[in-house]
Amino acid sequence: MIEFILDRGSGVATYLQLVHQVKQALRLGTLRPGDQLPTAREVVESLAINPNTVLKAYRELEREGLVEGRPGMGTFVRQGIAGATLAEHTRLRRGLEAWVREARAAGLDQEDLRALFTVVLADAAKEGAA
Amino acid sequence: MRPAMEATGLGVRYRRTWVLRDCSLSVPAGRVAALVGPNGAGKTTLMHAAVGLLRPALGRIRVAGEAAFVAQDKPLYDNFTVAEMLIFGRRMNTHWDDDAAVSRLAGLGIPLERKVRGLSGGQQAQVAVTLALASRPDLLVLDEPLANLDPLARHDVMRSIMAEVAGRELTVLMSSHVVSDLEETCDWLVVLNGGRLQVSGDTEELLDGHLVLTGPDDASTAGTQVVSASRTGRQVSMLVRGAPPLDPRWQARRPGLEELVMGYLRSPESAVLPHLAGMSA
Repeated sequence: MIEFILDRGSGVATYLQLVHQVKQALRLGTLRPGDQLPTAREVVESLAINPNTVLKAYRELEREGLVEGRPGMGTFVRQGIAGATLAEHTRLRRGLEAWVREARAAGLDQEDLRALFTVVLADAAKEGAA
Repeated sequence: MRPAMEATGLGVRYRRTWVLRDCSLSVPAGRVAALVGPNGAGKTTLMHAAVGLLRPALGRIRVAGEAAFVAQDKPLYDNFTVAEMLIFGRRMNTHWDDDAAVSRLAGLGIPLERKVRGLSGGQQAQVAVTLALASRPDLLVLDEPLANLDPLARHDVMRSIMAEVAGRELTVLMSSHVVSDLEETCDWLVVLNGGRLQVSGDTEELLDGHLVLTGPDDASTAGTQVVSASRTGRQVSMLVRGAPPLDPRWQARRPGLEELVMGYLRSPESAVLPHLAGMSA
């Protein structure tokens, strides 16, 4: 099961925050195929948001083929997000942790790290598109 | 899109003063509609007209099915226990779901034997909403349901109202002058200003259809429709509707709900009103 958290000051539309959190959980393996997502009622009872927002997020996930609504039963995960396997995930994470330690030792703070990572990520995306 | 409530050419007058003029709007079923505007805009008058507490001088307002109303000064008797309020409600209403009310109160942890005066403000609001819901309305009309509540109680009241909307076909119309309370909960926006309707529409569509622009004060606004603008030194910031202007010096972003509402309230002559489909047509 996944528990949604809302960042009210983020400027990101609420339904998108829910979509991102499900995808993140799929990537990390905390949500797996066959798992049930909380019902709209359960989500609104904890977050005090409009139920249509939850339904919109679930529709978006359904459109992307990640979940499926089963009438009268709820919404279930259909497939995980293809990408690195769990073992590769662990290996890459170790590498990133080592890099963060090295950068910290070089005097970079949290914000410097984030900026550097974002720039490299953006450059890689540009190269990929070229 | 079946309307749960529809007003056409609604006008309400107290003695010789018009408090609502030429008000035509429609709220689709299943929506949570926010009714916002400054004090004296006509919010309470519109709600009173919707639930039949007053007769309009002009036009008409119709609700599909039954409406329940919770006034701002919560209509509870201090010396009654919660259980006595339930008995009172049962006698005053033709439709009454006592089981649903009792289980709702149990779920909220509100003891039936407690006197109303011994409840917190948040609990009193919850009891008032529970009584309104027990009459099984199709439209729940709430006048400033969160006024005078602390942030935790506001959150709790909103959570329980949203759960009702998720649980069955219920349309909600609620007024507030604190727009941030409505940002996550309302998917329909109605703005009243000085007795006139300025905005009525789907919240997401409204936000998608507007931009906040900032730029130098000599930048051209050609190609866009300005709702309102404010100037600080050489910089202008404004709310516009539709496409961005052609001048590339403007920086544009999507407005927040509060910016959208404020943009319209600052400029009472602007309006964004949809074409009405018509309930009786």
